[in-house]
Amino acid sequence: MLSPQQLDATFAALADPTRRAILARLAMGETSVMELAEPFAMSQPAISKHLKVLERAGLISRGREAQRRPCRVEVMPLLQATDWLENYRRTVESSFQRLDVLLEELKAREKKARHSKPQTKPPTKENHG
Amino acid sequence: MKNIGTLQVSTPTDREIVLTRVFNAPRHLVFDAFSKPELLKRWFGPHGWSLTTCEVDFRVGGGFRFILQGPDGQQMGMRGTYREIAPPERSVHMESFDDFPGESQVTSTLIEKDGKTTLTAVVLYPSKEVRDAVIKSGMEHGAAETYDKLEEMLVSLVA
Repeated sequence: MLSPQQLDATFAALADPTRRAILARLAMGETSVMELAEPFAMSQPAISKHLKVLERAGLISRGREAQRRPCRVEVMPLLQATDWLENYRRTVESSFQRLDVLLEELKAREKKARHSKPQTKPPTKENHG
Repeated sequence: MKNIGTLQVSTPTDREIVLTRVFNAPRHLVFDAFSKPELLKRWFGPHGWSLTTCEVDFRVGGGFRFILQGPDGQQMGMRGTYREIAPPERSVHMESFDDFPGESQVTSTLIEKDGKTTLTAVVLYPSKEVRDAVIKSGMEHGAAETYDKLEEMLVSLVA
């Protein structure tokens, strides 16, 4: 599991739209920096900077071949970053779904009580017309 | 639609978690469900966990003691104190987990409209570290399903 510091790095890396687009591109298959830079209106050094951020966050890894250094996406940090809050949300939501069922029951009980109980309120002036 | 009330979770500051959820019931019933032990026992806790101990002294200055039991017999205890009680709209309480350091403040507000109730719970933790530890434990106790497809998730991140 990731430490809070690693998660911070992951979230910070994901906060940038260009870096998310790079990840989306890499999800289709590994590619070189040159190929990556093509669809973006950015220089290779600018793309390399983004790649360094992604690499530090553990979101991508880069091959060793000196010239090409292909980039590939790393799955786990990404899954853990999104799962972290999502799993918390699901835990609480599963509890609230049982509450939904209980509330339906309470509503039905209240409705039944209203219908079966004779009016206990004393008649008001309006009722006497 | 079945899931009218899907829970929203956000972290507006690094010490808070804000939960928002719509319930298809008037707010006095939702308020009861959060404050009466016989009702809390029916729903409170992660999937597969049950509230085996639920003692509630529902008045300002009063407290509560919960013990949740998990599917493998593991236990998770929590306790707290009520700070403000204004039925059926608002309550403020402090709470802490036996296994975590620090006490958090929970401010719950119930707004009713057309027979539906929106719950907003703001949980304020003593530090970012405590908040993160609590979210992580939620992750461990929750269903540890992960997304099937990385690509699917990336598409939603880019969108």
